[in-house]
Amino acid sequence: MDAIIKNRSHLETIEIDLLLEALYQGYGYDFRSYARASIERRVRQFQVSSGCASVAEMIPQVLHDRDFFLRLVRYFSIAVTELFRDPGVYRAVRERIVPLLKTWPHVKIWHAGCATGEEVYSLAIVLQEEGIFDRTTIYATDFNDAALDQARQGIYATDKLREATRNYQLAGGKRSFSEYYHARYEAAAMDTSLRQRVVFSNHNLVSDSAFGEMHLVFCRNVLIYFNRDLQNRVLGLITESLVHGGFLCLGTKEDLQFTDVHVRYEVVDAKARLFKKKVLP
Amino acid sequence: MKVVEESPPAPYTMVVMGGSAGSLKALSALLTALPQDFPLPVLLVQHLHPDDDGSFARLLAITARRPVCTPCDKAAIEPGWVYVAPADYHLLVERSGTIALSTEGRVNWSRPSIDVLFESAALAMGNQVIAVILSGASADGAAGIKAIKAAGGVTIAQDPATADYPLMPGTAIETGAVDEVLPIEALGPRLAALAGRPSPQP
Repeated sequence: MDAIIKNRSHLETIEIDLLLEALYQGYGYDFRSYARASIERRVRQFQVSSGCASVAEMIPQVLHDRDFFLRLVRYFSIAVTELFRDPGVYRAVRERIVPLLKTWPHVKIWHAGCATGEEVYSLAIVLQEEGIFDRTTIYATDFNDAALDQARQGIYATDKLREATRNYQLAGGKRSFSEYYHARYEAAAMDTSLRQRVVFSNHNLVSDSAFGEMHLVFCRNVLIYFNRDLQNRVLGLITESLVHGGFLCLGTKEDLQFTDVHVRYEVVDAKARLFKKKVLP
Repeated sequence: MKVVEESPPAPYTMVVMGGSAGSLKALSALLTALPQDFPLPVLLVQHLHPDDDGSFARLLAITARRPVCTPCDKAAIEPGWVYVAPADYHLLVERSGTIALSTEGRVNWSRPSIDVLFESAALAMGNQVIAVILSGASADGAAGIKAIKAAGGVTIAQDPATADYPLMPGTAIETGAVDEVLPIEALGPRLAALAGRPSPQP
């Protein structure tokens, strides 16, 4: 019989498919619908760092070694963000969304894919300065427990603070940024008051269900890791989680334009990628 | 198990470029020298300040003589377009011929990183890629050049003697994986020839 395998790169594609299948069938973690270029890059890097000679060699390890599996899944979910990344977005939230959030007696916000929490604290600062943090609950979720732990602790390297301070000012910050953290040596701990209204919890956008009655969903630079099908599924879940007239904030290079849910939203601020769920579908 | 050998050289489907300090001059000259009907898309990683909101792409568009954009995630890669990686995102290529963006950590202290673009293009498009490394004060791109070469693509470096910052093309050349070292004015005509659209002699 003729070989179906065309070349080395095709062979590796098959191996990666089988690895992702092993993760799904063995542990229920579904990376099969992730955007391929990023996931392939991570698989290859993990393969090299783990000393496996091929991707195929990782498969028995994933299935038999729980620690290996955990390290791989954590490695898959590493996204690196900053305090007040894209300051213009926080300015737009402050100026265009917060005044409308104020009309609800209690505000529920879902920060989906919060990673290590930098942007959760950024949003908390904006809400505190605008006087609605006390009647807000932020549900900050991620599927990576290690990242969530870091988010809960809210401790970041001090070498990031200069950029964060500048971003905070560009975002329309009203105080001195240093009021929000306590720096000691190489680490800065975010002020504990900033997480008083935050609930950190594990949630997997790929496999878990919707959150109820949210007024704002923050989901920035999460969808870029998904393929079109999965994007549509997750956007459906987010749309279902929002109240009518609720808001959605995406990453500045993500768009609803070619997705299934685009008719359900109107644009509030195109540059900041702020959308409002239409009252009537 | 039998793995069939790599297929013979395919026509090229894209040009990937990496630039850093001092590359604007070379980029402008290169794009201006391409024929109007240059058929390949050009994907560019230029090291930018994270705050750049597309101003570099707009500057490039003035002299490019072809459409230049800062793409969104999942944008289709169209012939003849120039795609500039957005500041603070890695730019990758999917096999399906679309753009993928990522906010993974910096590579070579850079996001976007030239290595990330080149390596993903090599993986997605194999021997159909032409890679060009331009002026810069960084070692980014050297690993990517090796990946392109290993996949059977064509690798070109700007002659360090014509670069404002020779480190980046120099580091790429030192890997031994660069096919051609060309002065600024020869880059555009060479790409045109590789794409089967030789420019008329001046």
